[in-house]
Formats: sequence, C-alpha cells, structure tokens
Amino acid sequence: MSPTTLPPIYHWLNTSLTAAAGQTFWLPEQGSTVATSVDRLFHFILGISIFFFSLIVVLMVIFVLLYRRRTDVTNDPAPLHNTKLEITWTVIPLIIVVIIFYEGFVTYMDIRTSPSQAYEVHVIGKKWQWLFKYPDGHVDEVLHVPLDEPVRLLMSSEDVIHGLAIPAFRINMDLVPGRYTYMWFRAVEPGEYQLFCTQYCGTGHSDMLTKVVVHTRSDFESYLKREANAFKDLPPAKVGEILYTRRGCAQCHSIDGTVSTGPSFKGIFGQTHEFLNAPPTLVDENFIRESILNPSAKIRQGFRDQMPTYKGILKDEEITNIIEFIKTLK
Amino acid sequence: MAETAYTTADNDSYLTHDRGVLSWLFSLDHKRIGVMYLVSILTAFLLGGTFSTLVRMELMYPNKPAESVVAEKTLIPREIFSKDNYNKFFTTHGAVMIFLFIIPGIPAALGNFVLPIMLGAKDVAFPRLNLFSLWLWWSGCVFFLLTLLFGGLDTGWTFYTPYSTSTETRVVPAVVGAFILGFSSIFTGLNFIVTIHTLRPPGMTWFKMPLFLWSLYATALIQVLATPVLGITLMLLGVERVLSIGIFDPKLGGDPVLFQHFFWFYSHPAVYIMILPGMGIISELISVFSHKHIFGYRFIAYSSVAIALLGFLVWGHHMFTSGQSAMASMIFSALTFSVSIPSAIKVFNWLATMYKGSISLQTPMCYGLMFIFLFGIGGLTGLFLGALATNVPLHNTYFVVAHFHYVMFGGTMVAFLGGIHYWWPKITGRMFSEFWGRLAALIVFTGFNLTFFPQFLMGTHGMPRRYYDYSSLALEHPEIATYNFLSSIGSLILAVGLILILIYLLASLFNGRPAPANPWGGATLEWQCSSPPPYYNFKSPPTVDDPYDFTNIHYDPEIRGYIKTTDNS
Repeated sequence: MSPTTLPPIYHWLNTSLTAAAGQTFWLPEQGSTVATSVDRLFHFILGISIFFFSLIVVLMVIFVLLYRRRTDVTNDPAPLHNTKLEITWTVIPLIIVVIIFYEGFVTYMDIRTSPSQAYEVHVIGKKWQWLFKYPDGHVDEVLHVPLDEPVRLLMSSEDVIHGLAIPAFRINMDLVPGRYTYMWFRAVEPGEYQLFCTQYCGTGHSDMLTKVVVHTRSDFESYLKREANAFKDLPPAKVGEILYTRRGCAQCHSIDGTVSTGPSFKGIFGQTHEFLNAPPTLVDENFIRESILNPSAKIRQGFRDQMPTYKGILKDEEITNIIEFIKTLK
Repeated sequence: MAETAYTTADNDSYLTHDRGVLSWLFSLDHKRIGVMYLVSILTAFLLGGTFSTLVRMELMYPNKPAESVVAEKTLIPREIFSKDNYNKFFTTHGAVMIFLFIIPGIPAALGNFVLPIMLGAKDVAFPRLNLFSLWLWWSGCVFFLLTLLFGGLDTGWTFYTPYSTSTETRVVPAVVGAFILGFSSIFTGLNFIVTIHTLRPPGMTWFKMPLFLWSLYATALIQVLATPVLGITLMLLGVERVLSIGIFDPKLGGDPVLFQHFFWFYSHPAVYIMILPGMGIISELISVFSHKHIFGYRFIAYSSVAIALLGFLVWGHHMFTSGQSAMASMIFSALTFSVSIPSAIKVFNWLATMYKGSISLQTPMCYGLMFIFLFGIGGLTGLFLGALATNVPLHNTYFVVAHFHYVMFGGTMVAFLGGIHYWWPKITGRMFSEFWGRLAALIVFTGFNLTFFPQFLMGTHGMPRRYYDYSSLALEHPEIATYNFLSSIGSLILAVGLILILIYLLASLFNGRPAPANPWGGATLEWQCSSPPPYYNFKSPPTVDDPYDFTNIHYDPEIRGYIKTTDNS
C-alpha cells in the first residue's frame, strides 16, 4: 500500500494546528453564544467519563494481574457483599448524574428560549433543499444572518421530517410537517458555516446541505439590498436560470441531459412525453406550470412520484421565468 | 471424595436421541429449539453483517474528494452503489440486526438451551409454545426476505412517518414481518416467566437463582409488556399506508411525532431486551472464571429488575429535537439518568467479584473483560446523550451510532460471543481451540474499536448518520475523511475476527476434544449434566446449591474438567 492510497493524514494535522476559535480535538469551532456553554458541559462529562473509565479498566487490569489463576484454585476469603460499599457506589454516581442533568437542563433552556427581539427567518425544508424566507419577502437557499444579533428560525417541512443542524452553533432541531418548530442562535464570529439535514429523508438526504453566512450588520444590510434588486433589468430566461439553481430544481433536474432523480430539462420543450398515470402529453408552458404546482399529476415514464409541490413557494412570475429558461435549453 | 458429576461415557444425548430433519423441525426439546434458533439467528447475523460491511465500504472514501486529492489512488472505488441502494442497505442492516438477531439472540438461542437446565428441569413450561415461537420467527423471516426480494425497504429500521407512509419501497411486508417476530418474542418471554415461576426445583428460592435467570426474567417482563405496543404501532402504520386513516400522516390530519412516541415506547425498552441477558451472561462468566462467589448478588439481581422497569419511562430521550415540549424533554432526561445507576452498580459488583479471585483468562472470560471495557465506553457516552444540552448537537450524528454500537455490539454481541464460547462444550459436547479463541477475541476487540471509536469523533464534528456521502463535510473538516477511512478498515478487521470464530467453532465439531461435564468450573446446574446433555437433561434430580459457591469445585487433570467434592479438601 503506497502512502498515497491513504487519506492524507497531513490534512488532519493541518487543521489541528490551525484550529479555529474554540476548536479542540473533540469538537469543531464555536460559532454561537450557546456553543461555549455546551462545550463546557461536554468537556465536563468527558472528564468524568475518562476518570471512571480509567478507574474501571485499571482495577480490572490490576485484578487480572494480581489474582491470575496460578495453581489449583485456592481463594483467600473475600466478602460476598458489603452494603456500605454498595451504597457508596450508588450514591456517588447518583450525585454526579444529578449535576450533569442539571447543567444539561440549564443550558438546554438557553438553547430553547429565544430572546423576544430576535430577527426572524422562516425556514422551509423539502426534499432535498433548504429555503429561507426573509422578512422583506425574498427567498434564499443560503442562510444569511447578522452578527451578534439573536436570529430566530421558524421552521416547517413540506413533505417528510427533516432536521436542521449547524454544528458550529451546536444547534439541531427537526422540521415536522404539519406543525412549526423553532430554534434560535446568536452568531459570534463572521464567516461561513455548514448547515446539514440530520433527519433521514430519503435519496438526497446527504445532499441536503447548505451554509450559513454570518455578516456584520453593514454587510447584512447591503446583502438585503442586493437581494431586493437581484432580478431587476434581467431578461426572464436569465432570472429563470438563477431560480433554477437557487430554488433547488438543479438538485434533481440536470440541464445537460444527465438523468438523475428527475428527468433532465435539456431539449424537453416541445417534445411529447409518455407518463405513468396520464396519456402522452406535449411539454408546453401549461404542462411545465402543472408539473411545478402539482407534480404528481403526470409522472414521467421511468421516474418516481418524488417531487414536492412548489405551490406557495414560486410566484407566477417566477414560474414564467423558469419556463423561459427551459425553452432556451436546446 | 464422591463424584456427583456425570461422566461422558453414556452416549445417548439430545443430539442423538432422534434422527432426521423432521425430528428437529418438530422437536419440542428446548435444547434442539435453542440450537435451531442459534443457527437461524447466526444466519441472520451473517446477512446483517454483510450489509453493514457494504455500507462501510461505500463510506470508506468521500465520493467527491478535495481538488488536491482527486487524482489519488483509492483501494476501492469511491462510489460503489447508488444512493437508493445505500439507503436500502443501511435500513436492512438495522432491521435484520435488531429484529432478527439481537432481540431473539441471547434469550431465544442461549436462554432456551440453558434456562431449563439451570433450573434442573426437563423443559420449559410450555414446550409447544416454544416450538411455535420458533416457527413464528421463521415466518417473520419469510416476510423480511419477501421485502428484500421485492424491492427492499429504505425507511431506516425506525420506520419514521411520514417517510414510511410515502416511500415507494416495501413497507407493508416488512411491518408484517416485524409484527410476527414480535409475537415470537412475546411467546418466548411468557414461556420463560412461567417456567421460572413454576419449575424452580425445591431449594432454589428466588435469591438462589443464577443471575442469568434473573436477567432473563427481567427481559421476559419487558418482552411481554412492551412488544404488544410495537405490534399495535406497526399495524397502525400498515393500515395508514394501505387505507390512509390519518393517524400518522400530517397530510391526512395525523401526527408524525405520535408515531415516534409509540415506536420508542417499545423500542427503548427493547434496548434492555437486548442488553439485560448480556449482563446476565457476564455475571456468570466473571464469577466462574474468577472462581469466586459473585459479589453483591442481590444488588445485581435487583438492578436487572430496576433497569427493566425504569427502561419503560425513558423513551422520550430519543426525541429531544423532535419538537416535543421542553418540559417533556426535561423529565425524560432526568429519568434517563436514573437508568445509568443500576448499570453502574453491576459493573462495580463485577469488579468486586474479581477482587481476590482466581482469574483464568480462558476465551469466555476474555469476552467478559471485553464487555466491561466496551460497555464502559458505551455506557459513559450515554451521559453525553442523556444530558439535554449536549444531546442537541450530537442527536442524529455518528456519535449516536458509535454509542449504540458500543452498547449493542460491544455489550450484547460480545456477551453473546462469551456465552457461545462458555456453553459451546455443553451444547455440542466438543471443546474449541483456546489458542484460536483468544486470538479471535483479540482481533474482534481491535477491529471493533477501530470501527466504532472514530465514529464518536465523526459525530462530534457533526457528521449526520445515514449519510451516503460526506464530501462536503470533509472539505470543511478533512479529519472526517480520515475517521471514515479508519472505521471502514476496522470493519474489515472485525469481519475477519468474526469469520475466524465461525471457522474454529465449526472445526471443533469435527476435531474438538470431547468436552467434560464441567470444563470451566461452573457451579450452576447445567454443569452437573453431561456434555452434551441427555434428552431429559438429568437422569436424577440434581442437588441444588448456591449457584456461586465454588469452594468444593476442583480441577481434575484426568478428565480435564472440574468435579465437585463433598468434603473441603
């Protein structure tokens, strides 16, 4: 086995040397206010675990060495039970777990209780993308947040249960269809952080990731301004192209003819397709509109009924733009 | 010096009493049923193990590496199968291991064989019910096989709704299979409860029972009380899928979190169905191979019952991030910590048993010590998950995967291996090779830790479980790729160790030395009958004594086994 067949250990050493804020061997960088208290508890439990584990293993090894069977079996008499000892090793762990429980509970209440003045972003989870709706009405597939301000995420799912986790912020919460869940955080360091889906949601579960961008207040303002004017003066097909990547169409529909979870968009406009549950239909403006708003109505031959509806997520004008974009894909 | 142990001279054993396949399939003998269970669940383990190896091979490398290493050679292709197949493989690994292997594992296979003999009884209380439960188990397997043959299942073994009500894979046959397997488990539990209540011999009071029986009794209580809930839940899931009644699917007005409550109401106690019998085996092994009376008998016995009862009250700790209320999470967290105490008590009592013992490191004891080591890690990492604040970032990550594999494999499977080696001479009448036995134990230990310890670190760095690919994660944290690589290599070492065990155990059937009645120096009743036991276990009722009194049990080099002497020589 040549050294190149191994994953590069030097990468690992590298990151250990250039550790970001709060990063340790055990835990990644700390990006939010709660991360410090969660990590403090983590290292407290780790210390206790290492102590007790060492105690158990050391005693075990000592006993094995000291009392190894040598000749025929002869035992020094040893007691069969000792109530005081039993009580000791019941009460000491009990006190320790009560402390751990209490610390865990107090920090958990910090994680769950959002300050009243939080900046609110609505999160929609769907197979297999994230959409973030801002107070000004624009939608982004990346979570942009201001630095050092409480941000509250009001979350719901369009289809199955998803889980939103930002490891650097030490937060994680499920998105349950049919009800709202929420979480909050206050980012402490500008930069980009990873955001994952943690609740198994099918084929694209491990593709359901995006990032959190933490801006200073002034950068955040200019981001909002930029977004508000994003589509100004652009031709419809160009807007459609942007929406194609940013609303998650690209997750399942290629534009180069590659077949993935869904059919490719390349050259489909004007073709007639076969369907599992409908007569052959011409791909025209009305067909595409129906496929976006009511995807189950016509399932293309060779594919499964997997696509969630975009009703309420894409506006009519945006659908028109996407149709214009598809028309350009010859 | 009067011998009370039977010699192996008499050839008529349960193995030779009747001949032919039918004499096995329709046998009411608990020993034959135990052996059939053993062969069946090991086949299931082989299947589940194959799937897990496939999963680890897919995860050996990130599918899309960093630009700097794109051209790097890999031992195996980066991408071996599709996302959908990966999802089916990890689901099948989980479902097979849980429902077909680890739940029936120790009670139905080893328990069935050992329990009546430990009681000095001829059989369990309801031999026909016992056979029926084996047949039910086989029927459940048929449904699982049908699921596999007709397109597989991709819901994860947890069947979370609404994914399970909307996926196009074969949920209904899998659910029917698990439903039937549940009844197999209930009948075994019922049988054991009645057997322990009614067939204890004169002189064996509750507190003179071997601790393995206490643990089987506690397990049986959970099997009988919790499994019906799983049956109902899975039936409702099937009905929801077929008839859309609107109980779990939010589109129909149902509540997906309700499913999680129902599911974990069984599946958390089921964790104790899996681990308690393992703890029972360890109590036997530590005492016998230390040749010393178990320390704190009553505390170990009571702790089994305490675990069984408290285990019913902690299911909500699987749901801290599910949207359940903070109040509910707080209560479940507090109750969860209460279960850790009886487990700690057991570990300390085992250590105290070894103190001033006469410790022999024969193969079963290697597994006994391995259990303490691995279960120690599994149990202590449970503290991170039981505490609310640290649970949140670790929930649904590889930290959880590592934790429950340390408990389920490092705990139950290692205890099962210890039990197999311990009772192998009794079951088959043959001794296996001590050299290969210890070597394989070492390989299993190394492979296991290499496989699962890195997973704790993947988890603390945020890698979610059930991920087909971690390329993007590894770009940010390259150590995640290293941990995955180590874990996959570890799984291959583990597989080698397990296959080695299979080989030398099978080889011992042909060239193993005939086993004496009591090869390890045990004081429980099964060591008083010959190896393998006669058809009716005992030719005359055995004398009941303290199951952990070793003062009169001495090694006899002539028969290479232990005999009981009447005087204290």
